[in-house]
This record gives sequence, C-alpha cells and structure tokens, in this order.
Amino acid sequence: MKIILNIWRQKNSSSPGKMVRYELGNVNEHMSFLEMLDVLNEELTRKGEEPVTFEHDCREGICGSCGFMINGIPHGPERGTTVCQLHMRHFHDGEELWLEPFRAKAFPVLKDLMVDRSAFDRIIAAGGYISINTGSAPEANSIPVKKQCADRAMDAAACIGCGACVAACPNASASLFVSAKIAHLGLLPQGEPERDRRAMRMVLKMTEEGFGYCTNTGECEAICPKGVKIENIAMMHRDFTRAVALFREESKAGGAG
Amino acid sequence: MGTIALNSGLERTAFFYQSVVGKKVVMAVTGSVLCLFVLGHMLGNMQIYQGAEKLNNYAAFLQGLGAGLWAVRLVLLACVGLHILSAYQLWRLKLDARPTPYVKKATVATTYAARTMTWSGPIVLAFIIYHLLHFTTGQAHPDFRRGDVYHNVIAGFSNPAASLFYIVANILLAIHLYHGVWSMFQTVGVNHPRYTPWLKRLSKAYAWVIGIGNVSFPLAVLTGIVK
Repeated sequence: MKIILNIWRQKNSSSPGKMVRYELGNVNEHMSFLEMLDVLNEELTRKGEEPVTFEHDCREGICGSCGFMINGIPHGPERGTTVCQLHMRHFHDGEELWLEPFRAKAFPVLKDLMVDRSAFDRIIAAGGYISINTGSAPEANSIPVKKQCADRAMDAAACIGCGACVAACPNASASLFVSAKIAHLGLLPQGEPERDRRAMRMVLKMTEEGFGYCTNTGECEAICPKGVKIENIAMMHRDFTRAVALFREESKAGGAG
Repeated sequence: MGTIALNSGLERTAFFYQSVVGKKVVMAVTGSVLCLFVLGHMLGNMQIYQGAEKLNNYAAFLQGLGAGLWAVRLVLLACVGLHILSAYQLWRLKLDARPTPYVKKATVATTYAARTMTWSGPIVLAFIIYHLLHFTTGQAHPDFRRGDVYHNVIAGFSNPAASLFYIVANILLAIHLYHGVWSMFQTVGVNHPRYTPWLKRLSKAYAWVIGIGNVSFPLAVLTGIVK
C-alpha cells in the first residue's frame, strides 16, 4: 500500500522546523508504524538524506519511549495503543498522514519527532517514590492490602510515562502522569506515610516545570495508551488540598527517626 | 524527601495558590457559589409569570434585606473577582505551556463547552456588566423606574437588540455551566465510578434548566406572553 507522510523535520532544539512531504510506495499492511518509518529511513539513507529521528525501544508497548502525533492524535487513531503497536492495516491505501512531535514548553523538541521528556524524571525525583530500605523480601502477607486498592494502584501503575497525556491536553498539563504516580503509591500502605509530602512536592514540581493545568476535558484519558483514568487527577487534587491544609512540621523532639 | 516549610497561614495559602491545582480549586469553589446564585436568581425571576405585583414585592423584599443584601453582594463580588483572577492567570499559563502550536491537532473527547470556556467566560462577564447597568442601576435602560421591576423588564426586553444579547449571553452561560458544573466536582476531587456519571448528567441538566429558564424571559416579553 501507498502512504503519504508529512513529517516534522527539525535539525535540533534551536533551529526552526518544518513539515516535509514523503511518499512511501511499498508499505506492507502488517508492518507496525515504526517499521514503516524504518523503511522510510532506509530509503532516505540510501539517497544520502538525513533519516527521520524518532524514539523507540521495546516496540511492544510497555517502555514508554515511542510516541508522536499522527494526524493530531498522540499514538495515532487507534485507542489503547502506543505507536509501536499500531499497525498499518488501520490506514488505507493512499492515506495522507501528518506526523509531528509532542508539543509543550516542558517537552522541548530535540530533533524531528524526538522530544526531551526529562521533566517527567524530575517530577518523579521530587516525590514519585517510596523511601524504604531494601533488604531481603518481606513476608508476602505481612502487610494486608485491600483488593480494591491494589486494583486501582495497579491500574495507575500501568502508566508508562510516554507523555501522550501532555501532548493531547489543550493546556499541556501533566496532570494525568503526575496523578497516576500519586494514586499508584498513595493507595498502597507502603506509600501512605509519604502521601502528603509526595502530593505537595510533585504538584509543585509539575508547576515549576511549566506544564499547564487540568481543565477536565478528558482528552488525556481518551488517548492514554494504557487507559489511565482521570479519577486519579481527582485524587491528586484531593491529596494536594488536604496535604497543604493539614501539613505539620516534623517535631524536633520526635527522636532520631 | 526534603522538607517543606509552611510556617504561617499566609505561607500555606501562597503555597496552595502558587500551584496549578490550587488555582483550579479556587475556580471550582468560587464557581460553585456562582452556580447556586444563578439558579436562585432564575427561580426568583420566575415570579414574572405570576404578575407585576408578585415580582415587585419580591424585589422589595430583597431590597428590604439591607445589610444582608450587601453581604450577599460582597460575597458574590469576591467570588466573581477570584474566579476571573484565577481564570486569567491560568489562561496565561496555558498560553505559556505550549509556545509552538500543532500544525494539525484533533480532539477525541473534548466537548464544545470545555473547549470554549475561555470564550464563554469573558462574554458572560461583559453581559453581567450590561445586565447590572440595565436592570439594577438603570444607566443602560431607556425608561428605568426604580422599584418597578416588572415595568423595567417589559420595557427593557421590548428592544429586540437587548433581548437578543440576553438570549445569546444566556446560551453561552448555559454552555459554560454544561462543562463547569461537573468540572467543579472533579477539581475538588470528587470522582467515583458510581457517582461521576450522575454528576455529568446533573451538569447537563443544570445547564439546560438555567439556559431555558433565562432565555424564556426575553422570549416571553418579545412574543407578548408577558406584557
């Protein structure tokens, strides 16, 4: 099948980019979208042109490396899938597609379709973890976890940090990503002790990194390749508000804990 | 984790408001007050269908509240002010958060109402200012008689241009509420698979009731149902 591609080409983060048109005549419908781009890149390399840069790693939809906009939708038109798991059979012969990078101030374009998502790492570093000493594995049933909480935490933990939620949001908000981590850890007994500080530190970091705010459009939830729900965003708002209202200093006389 | 120092109430409030979540919560809380006012305002005005005496007595009753009326007005004014301030600051953040626009952008789930909140809001604000000058203080009214609310409404809405502005503005208000009412709950953290579908229905019903109720007043005058 034949596919017409309009791809955002940008040399580096400081130079301006533009859409460039490519025609690809030998696309197999069983190819994944990234394999189709591999074919394009081989052609470009043969012609001595610069291949299109895009991020990818596992190509099985679990690492969160890949992702760009296809016709204005992150990861393309199919729901619940990353771009590496999107197959060309979902497009028709002769279809024209527009590919461009995720756009947000906090996600500067590095090259072509590749953006710098290290802002996500800095948000995680601000509080998206549990401070726990590692050692031998504890007895599995020593900490009871309510099944419903484990289920919700697991659903939130499905987030692969691809950044599609930011890309789809009209306000370039990272709320779905941040709230998924806040919900994932906050719903579990191991994460409960740091729940307040986590919400405060992660929300503040997200604001500092220049992400927008949530207007409850539900766009992120609709395009999330892992089906993370905006119910988590409500929990983040709840946790943050409660944490700021009830925050207490640590007691100086509280021991050397 | 490092420490966060919130030594005073002021620091606490500043920390809260500084974040994108805090500003949205301020929008939601002030919005909920305004939503309730809009409903009460519309229900009160329904008395126009019961005749001049009933409506004018209701107006006199409200005026007779004296300090109570001013307390309500000040609360509403504070809510409007905070709602607009946080909306403006959030709008600036939005412009800042995506400096390079998409060449092509599609939406999958966003409703028309959600997309146009930053448009319906300012237009409704312009309408409220006109509305106050029209029916409360009278500067924008051709034949304003203090205390004779019934007459003011009939005379005011007899001008089709004025009525048209009321109709358009109230449709926009309804669209604003269509997204806003549910959005308020989500922003303050109320989301549950059992109740959220009902809250979304409530939001739609609220918008329809307010929209139809408010648009009915100028239409009733223009069509001669109320004269």
